[in-house]
Amino acid sequence: MTAPRQLHDCRDAFTAVLEALAAANPDVVAVCNDSVGSSKLGGFRDQWPERLINVGIAEQNLVGVGAGLANGGKLPFVCGASCFLTGRALEQIKADIAYSNANVKLCGMSSGMAYGELGPTHHSIEDFAWLRALPNLPVIAPCDRIETAAATRFAASYDGPLFLRLSRVGVPDLLPADHEFALGKANLLRVGDDLTIIANGVLSHRALAAADLLAAQGLEARVLNMATVRPLDDEAIIRAAAETGALLTCEEHTVFGGLGSAVAEVVVRHRPVPMEILGVPGIFAPTGSANFLLDEFGLSPAGIAQSAGRLVARKG
Amino acid sequence: MEAHQLRAIANRIRRRDLQAVFEAGAGHIGGEMSVIDLLTVLYFHVLNVDPNAPRDPQRDRFVLSKGHTACALYVTLAEAGFLPKAEISTFLQPHSRLNGHPNCTKVPGVETNTGPLGHGLPVAVGMAKAAQLDGAAWRTFVLTGDGEMQEGSNWEAAMAAAQFGLDNLTLIIDHNRFQQGASVAGTNNLAPIPPRFEAFGWAVAEIDGHDIEAIIEALAPAARVPGKPKCIVAHTNKGQGISFMRDRVEWHHKVPNREQYERARQELEEAMP
Ligand SMILES: Cc1ncc(C[n+]2csc(CCOP(=O)(O)OP(=O)(O)O)c2C)c(N)n1
Ligand SMILES: [Mg+2]
Repeated sequence: MTAPRQLHDCRDAFTAVLEALAAANPDVVAVCNDSVGSSKLGGFRDQWPERLINVGIAEQNLVGVGAGLANGGKLPFVCGASCFLTGRALEQIKADIAYSNANVKLCGMSSGMAYGELGPTHHSIEDFAWLRALPNLPVIAPCDRIETAAATRFAASYDGPLFLRLSRVGVPDLLPADHEFALGKANLLRVGDDLTIIANGVLSHRALAAADLLAAQGLEARVLNMATVRPLDDEAIIRAAAETGALLTCEEHTVFGGLGSAVAEVVVRHRPVPMEILGVPGIFAPTGSANFLLDEFGLSPAGIAQSAGRLVARKG
Repeated sequence: MEAHQLRAIANRIRRRDLQAVFEAGAGHIGGEMSVIDLLTVLYFHVLNVDPNAPRDPQRDRFVLSKGHTACALYVTLAEAGFLPKAEISTFLQPHSRLNGHPNCTKVPGVETNTGPLGHGLPVAVGMAKAAQLDGAAWRTFVLTGDGEMQEGSNWEAAMAAAQFGLDNLTLIIDHNRFQQGASVAGTNNLAPIPPRFEAFGWAVAEIDGHDIEAIIEALAPAARVPGKPKCIVAHTNKGQGISFMRDRVEWHHKVPNREQYERARQELEEAMP
């Protein structure tokens, strides 16, 4: 047993970078919906009170105002709980942001099942499906604080809208400290040729732990961290299918329309191989914390390893 | 039920709610304390609902739109016989039906699922419209937060309610002057609420939302204004009943530690009527 690794709330990395960006660029503004605390914008507000635009509890307005600020030359980071930001304002995201090509950074906080016991209204497990259906809106779910910081820096430099899916559930560091974010590029977290596990967000470290369990059973799993759900790294997926012959996806999202579906769309077209999709199994979750629910849905390291074992058995 | 009995029930609900939030380690205690007097009068004096027939088609409808204060609703429903009182101790526990926001598919007495703010009033307009279409006598009540009224959906529904002449609909705004991170006035001010609703075609009353007699009077059938939906602006205090929580925004969802819990419990016990 290795010592337990330290866990980090990725929102802290996000706001540290946002504050550095704001210090360097007076056009950087933060827009929120009575979510200063939950978006960790207290420091931003204290330093640049006039550039913290709080529209109140009004997400449709939140996104529309963000689009207008971008039109007026600002660089808005629109921050709100992911469930309300994406669910409540989906049409604004489509028409005002993606279709209008507004240079707005949509930052969905506490995504997935981070709100745990607050229940399905507060879970954001449909956002990949909703947003990856839209053209002109990169969808990014970082796996640790390093990737969160890198993706936030990338967001500021990228000319166009995008969606950052951030969590509050503690995760260990997975990527090297000097990691640079590349849109639509998967990162190889572990080499292996018996199957490939593809994950992102809070699932990547669980996938790695599952790979350790599999190694003890003599199965070498390749692990890919696929933060960008759209545009997808087709090349890495096709290569993984060809070289390892089986793909297992893990996501903190419904199995309908998310990362697994996106990977399957590539696999069926280019390189059909046995595949399994792990995630929330298409139900409204029962009461429980995020980590409890992930375990419940077969997304514990042991659960992932078990699915991986069954998948490998299906290889020809 | 008499006002003094209602005061005793409200005090009991406050104490049980406090204990549940303390034991679960989560909840929205500020907005729970502000809404409990209103819930008490609704469930024990106004609403025509029957715990033995929670789906009776002729029942009055009540929607707690500020669903984050679900714990106060659960305790009230238990007190009213819709749930076993012992079940309150499962609040937020794995697989409990009592999660952080009320679920009508699992909890008897809950009419529709809330949690995202700004959903209750549109649904309540639909309920009241159904009763109007049937010429039925049952009434619809919906309770929102004041910060919640910043959601545009409420104002779409407010227009519809007036257009439809829904005088069988009552909206109660828990006007505790605070939202999640700051005061309502300092975030996106709603004031003045009464003339806004009047301009939208509603009848408006303002009451002290902790004065049991005033709540009873405002919700009485006689208070109906023919042809107009009714908005009651209930002036309340976030954290009402617990001195160190009252009007302090951080108690929106802060959880008392053991010492704070004991102090709060003692204050509520001393206030027992
Ligand atoms: C659509 C939506 N946006 C944001 C939230 C997060 N949230 C939960 S409670 C709350 C503040 C509510 O304030 P208010 O309506 O005044 O309620 P009260 O003071 O009675 O607790 C916020 C912003 C939410 N639940 N739904
Ligand atoms: Mg309030």
